Amino acid sequence: MPDGVRLDLPDDEREVLRQVAGELRDLIEEAPDEPGLRRLFPRAHDDDTLEEQYRDLTHEQLASGRDRALRTIQETAANTLLSPEEADAWLRGLNDARLVLGTRLDVTEDFDWEAVDVTHLQAQELALYAYLSWLQEQLVEALPG
Amino acid sequence: MSTLAPAEADLEVEEPIGEDDAIDDRPWVVIVWNDPVNLMSYVTLVLQKLFGYTRAHATRLMLQVHNEGKSVVSTGTREKAELDVARLHAYGLWATMQRD
Repeated sequence: MPDGVRLDLPDDEREVLRQVAGELRDLIEEAPDEPGLRRLFPRAHDDDTLEEQYRDLTHEQLASGRDRALRTIQETAANTLLSPEEADAWLRGLNDARLVLGTRLDVTEDFDWEAVDVTHLQAQELALYAYLSWLQEQLVEALPG
Repeated sequence: MSTLAPAEADLEVEEPIGEDDAIDDRPWVVIVWNDPVNLMSYVTLVLQKLFGYTRAHATRLMLQVHNEGKSVVSTGTREKAELDVARLHAYGLWATMQRD
């Protein structure tokens, strides 16, 4: 398939991705005002009135677009091949997961995903963030551009 | 403000957003801001995808975001700018818009 992406991951990683996507979908649906999600819906305007207009215009579509992308990850986690549309959904879904996790973990720009401190209190989340970052980097490299 | 529908069906009634909005036709600029999560490679790819920029141009803009904290990535009418901001938000970039 031209421009498709080959997905070559061990089963346990596929399962983790399914879970992460599902959890994030639930979070977006059940707690849309949760502070950890704010980074997914940043302000467009300084002015409050303009911002309110922008939100009225875009929020629902942005939220449902995110949900569809995460659902695509859940549904294609077992694939060996992703179509261009599916790969684009993975790109956005993975990024959303990283944004929420990264914000929660308060990561800095020089986060080194190869040197996660396993004794850190949030080691598991840091490791997940590192993994998602690595995976997203792989996906970006696999896409035409 | 009046709630009467305009006479022509295809006339768009624009809500006044500022005192001098009617006479101010400076274009709007769309700014992408740096953030600690987004990968440089990802930002570059998104700019190529959304605006059709060459890889070189998208990389230049991305580096400006990375090194200077922000960069203007597109300009246009308010409608175009809002569409661009929404598309950037859909890809998780931190984008805002303002008058030039």
